[in-house]
Amino acid sequence: MATLDAPKIVMARADYDDSYTLTRYLETGGYLGLRKALSMFPEAVAGEVDAASLLGRGGAGFPAGRKWSMLRKSPISYLVVNGDESEPATFKDHYLVERDPHQLVEGVIIAAYALQVSQAFIYLRGEFALGLERVQQALNDAYEYGALGNKIFDSDFSLDIVVHPGAGAYICGEETALIEGLEGKRGFPRIKPPFFPAVTGLYGEPTVVNNVETMSNLPWIVMNGGAAFAALGGGRSAGTRLFALAGTVKRPGVYEIEMVKNTFRDLIYDPALGGGITKDRAIKAFIPGGVSAPWFGPDLLDLPLGQDEVAEKGSMLGSGSVVVFDETSCVVRAAWRITKFFSRESCGQCTPCREGSGWIERAMYRIEHGGGRMEDLDLLLDLCDNISPGLAWPPQQTTICVLGPSIPSSVNSAISMFRDEFAQHVNEGGCPFD
Amino acid sequence: MTDVKSTVTISVNGRSVEAAPGELLIEAAERAGSYIPRFCYHPRMEPVGMCRMCLVEVDGPRGPTLQPACYIKVNDGMNVVTDSEKVKKAQDGVLEFLLANHPLDCPVCDKGGECPLQDQTLSHGSGETRFIEEKRHFVKPVEIGELVLLDRERCIQCARCTRFSSDVAGDTEIAFAGRGDQIEVATSPTKPFDSVFSGNTVQICPVGALTAKPYRFTARPWDLEQAESTCTTCAVGCRVAVQSSGNRLTRLLGVDSEPVNHGWLCDKGRFTLDSIDGHGEAIDPLNAETRIREPLVRDGDVLRPASWGEALERAATILKDAASSPNGVGAIGGAALTNEGAFAWERFVRQVLGSDHVDAQFGDGLDGGLLQALPKATIDEAANARVVMTLTGDLREELPVLFLRLRENFVQRHNNLIEFSFGPSGLRPVAAVTMPVRPGEAHVVAKALTTNDARVAKESTVTDAQLDEARALLGESGEGVVFIVGRPNFAESAVVMETAIRTLAERFTGAKFLPALRRGNVMGALDMGLGPRLRPGHGYDASCEGRDTLAQLEAMRSGEQTAVLLLGGGLLGNVLDPDAAVTALETAKVVVVTGHGGRTLAHADVVLPAVVQHERHGTVTNIEGRVTNVTPKISSPGSAWNDVAIAAELAEQYGQSLGLDSVELCAKVIEETTGYPALSVMNDLSDEGAVVSRVKERIERRALDPMAFPGIKSTNTVGLAEFSGALVGGPVTTGAPRAVATLEGVAAGRGVEVGHYDAYGLALHVSRRLYDHGIAVQGSPALANLVARTTALINHFDLDRLGLVTGDVVQVNAPKGPLSLQVAMSDETPRGTIGVVFGSLDEEGHDGTTSALYDPTSVIMQMKLETK
Repeated sequence: MATLDAPKIVMARADYDDSYTLTRYLETGGYLGLRKALSMFPEAVAGEVDAASLLGRGGAGFPAGRKWSMLRKSPISYLVVNGDESEPATFKDHYLVERDPHQLVEGVIIAAYALQVSQAFIYLRGEFALGLERVQQALNDAYEYGALGNKIFDSDFSLDIVVHPGAGAYICGEETALIEGLEGKRGFPRIKPPFFPAVTGLYGEPTVVNNVETMSNLPWIVMNGGAAFAALGGGRSAGTRLFALAGTVKRPGVYEIEMVKNTFRDLIYDPALGGGITKDRAIKAFIPGGVSAPWFGPDLLDLPLGQDEVAEKGSMLGSGSVVVFDETSCVVRAAWRITKFFSRESCGQCTPCREGSGWIERAMYRIEHGGGRMEDLDLLLDLCDNISPGLAWPPQQTTICVLGPSIPSSVNSAISMFRDEFAQHVNEGGCPFD
Repeated sequence: MTDVKSTVTISVNGRSVEAAPGELLIEAAERAGSYIPRFCYHPRMEPVGMCRMCLVEVDGPRGPTLQPACYIKVNDGMNVVTDSEKVKKAQDGVLEFLLANHPLDCPVCDKGGECPLQDQTLSHGSGETRFIEEKRHFVKPVEIGELVLLDRERCIQCARCTRFSSDVAGDTEIAFAGRGDQIEVATSPTKPFDSVFSGNTVQICPVGALTAKPYRFTARPWDLEQAESTCTTCAVGCRVAVQSSGNRLTRLLGVDSEPVNHGWLCDKGRFTLDSIDGHGEAIDPLNAETRIREPLVRDGDVLRPASWGEALERAATILKDAASSPNGVGAIGGAALTNEGAFAWERFVRQVLGSDHVDAQFGDGLDGGLLQALPKATIDEAANARVVMTLTGDLREELPVLFLRLRENFVQRHNNLIEFSFGPSGLRPVAAVTMPVRPGEAHVVAKALTTNDARVAKESTVTDAQLDEARALLGESGEGVVFIVGRPNFAESAVVMETAIRTLAERFTGAKFLPALRRGNVMGALDMGLGPRLRPGHGYDASCEGRDTLAQLEAMRSGEQTAVLLLGGGLLGNVLDPDAAVTALETAKVVVVTGHGGRTLAHADVVLPAVVQHERHGTVTNIEGRVTNVTPKISSPGSAWNDVAIAAELAEQYGQSLGLDSVELCAKVIEETTGYPALSVMNDLSDEGAVVSRVKERIERRALDPMAFPGIKSTNTVGLAEFSGALVGGPVTTGAPRAVATLEGVAAGRGVEVGHYDAYGLALHVSRRLYDHGIAVQGSPALANLVARTTALINHFDLDRLGLVTGDVVQVNAPKGPLSLQVAMSDETPRGTIGVVFGSLDEEGHDGTTSALYDPTSVIMQMKLETK
């Protein structure tokens, strides 16, 4: 059974219909974390975040505290919040910006204070119409309330935050492409090295880029102390985390649960969480951390929801999106659709990603629709290998950014785990699930 | 303190290689003999690491990883493997991906045979394709500009063209649109790709995605023969590969010359080949498209073909008759000649005709003696100078490749530009200080810069703050400063700029000067003595007084000079007041030596046909004084001769010998008698020529990378190309240099009396555009549509004051009567100024505007406008 006694950290206001308003936010302890932070030295605030062992919630899972302390060697110019959540089946930031925008704003102000920057940007996915409206309203309210702008709460700290809507490109969730976009340019990821945002980021200045959920944890961490956060979870994966559960489950949705102490089985089957597979069918496979992650079979259902635990088994917790396939799901179609997404969203810069994703997508389409050949399977794996040499995890890449090695994950998993199902497509001249 | 090392050592495939810190890995590996395949990399642009063809294994903290060699800078101790299985598989994979959507239309593709994609597929690719899907489809080709077509199916997204446009040229017309494998190079729907540099994108395209309209489908690369030469369309002196199919010029490509053009060309230089041999059918000598194929002599109203003997005799008689009276004869022109041709004609005019009235400039240049007296900068020095100050017209329009080289200095190296701003300027966006200078004011502003407190004038448009900023940048002695000096305003007496230049030279003794004269080999013609007080071999003799072009035309109108020898047929298209020039030519007898037809020939009594650019052998000199060789690629049509032969034969008519029996002999005589580099440059093709008075500083030619400069053939290449051809050489004796002008030795000239600015009038600024109504553009159908329409550019303050808006038609009360002009707002035009483009065309296709506005009696010309 799932362990559900941990406090709700970022979903504390989930039960209120008006959770996004300043009134409700203030009634439920809003901006107290900021007031406390402002009474501390900035280094002390960063120290609490470091003590919390808060891993970045954007996908790469880099410890937020370490990111900041590494960066603080030279003064940081800008804080950028990445809210460009655009991956299929990933929708936990979507929840946070719509349902608790003040919590995000407060987190950003706390982070900005800890980093001593006076200008922050919240880059939100352009399709988050309601989220954009609510975050902008929250910013307006925060300015009026004195939590933003000149001399916040009469302290010496001043900050401006600008909301920037994305223009519909998935690649702008990649932090250097996001920075290009913020600069008003086409969202082409930059080459690292040398363009690590911390060194040469927005407008060529040292820049911190953090995820929406990462920021949303900060008010609680400041109020309750880093140690309290670190006491939750286990191993390197401290605290609670949002999981976006999708696919053929009875209760898809966003759940905040303690890391490591719960397993994928808990998330998918606990009646308070996923509630089991639709129509009580058998589970065929699941994606543990978003569509760029390699897939797992039912044998790994009891794996704890921890970053290192998942990595050890050759995949990632990534963006916290868990997608379930049941026995009636066609894995060829699933992998084809995922590839189609990456093919459409490749920025077009690197040859292997631009051309490879399109080639793989067309071959997968052909197999799903009856035109497959058995030799296509090895061809597909070889094409995948040319994008991500060795097809290992963590992946190597022939591309500038990690969109490249995201492409092979689903195709490689599908072929490796379900070669028979591909053969069935080829032999029967079409999809057996149609 | 960290120890700054001058070199680092890296290991490439186990071999130790010395490299400069910060050098790109791809370049260091290439020097070590490990050529790494590439598409997007280009040695003259910043890397983008996009095509991924150059992936190599570089050791890092997490073991060896694949890194783009074009993007990674070398570090001491870096361990690189370029030939492992992993590298090969990655590179083969990239190539296979590139070919996936690439159409198999090589047999009908212009690039076929010189295509980096084809060549590297041959050397690195697999023999077969595994791609059985439907390829990507686009409508093809799309005409994205007047000269360039785009085939998006062939594009491999290397970003060379977009990078060139945005980074090198500063243009915004082309950019990527779309995502994934639907990404495409696109133009804005409202703004075509009409940059004057558009041809460069075609040249560096590593596939056949971009093609040039004039060259498209005219030849196959393996049928092309090549001669390396120097472009003389303007005076930058870009090195070019001139290519022909049979005896037909097909294409000009920019050669990667280290000191000059870095492989770039402007579209005028690149696409005016048609004016040389595109029109075999045109025969009317008054048509600029016509090549003069045989000597012509006047019989009444018509120019009829004649034998060389008859024509030479007629020409000799005309010139002899005129020379019999004092000051009765002179020569105008010569900027389109080679140094050897200019030298021969100088000898003919001074020694045979006994006249000192020679001038290669058309009244829009600068005093040759003054130019000689200035300490000179090379283009490279200007392109690296701490501070550059321009006193020129719009360099983007006048000397386009110099503009590119300078722009790099301000954009990449963040050095500072101070502009004397007379009108629109392509360098404006990258200028640190822009001083709006009105006609007749440059010398006053220059004077103000030499003192610490003086203002220019109460009513001046230059502010004290601008002067202070400029003074601070120039520093005390001007050390590290390069002044680029030309004639920004054709309607202003040369004395204004000459006074300004002299003032700056006397004050900033640490600074250097780069002349910005425009015409092809004008520097060479002046160095060969074709100008008042100038002597052959970059020499000066104050006693050698003679009339300049405008004075000769005046002397012809007055009847004192009864004949003129025109060296080139472009006089009427190049003087500000062609009407007055026509009167002069009608009053005097006229002998023209030219290869091109044109309206000047309507007034010729004898026309002697000469070979032109790309048909002749010799040397030319560019703005920095660099002497390079020009090489014939095709033979001239009909019975045209080279200028050395024509001058020598004409001298024979007088029973005299110039002692110049061939171009080579002429070059030998130049070098032996004056020390001026000529034959040595013609014979030694291993370096980038010689700079006059700095002949010892030689720069070796760069090895050609055919992946960066596809289509050019060379004996010295890196990478995949085959070696071919052989070099020629020969010993040369170099004589003692000539006496050169000094600032003290050059007469200061009369003072500048501009008079009062008319508060109700506007002072005339006549500027140059690249595409004008001259012979080269007129003779090239590809460019003819690009000639500007006549508009009057006026600052918005003046438009407000006059109650005008863009598009209004005003009446200008010019000296020769009223003239209607359409006005356009231009905030780059200083207040109190009306800007007109020389050689632009009015609604009826005439370019008579500047002639109508011209008033030779004053230093500047002031106009009154009447609104209708």
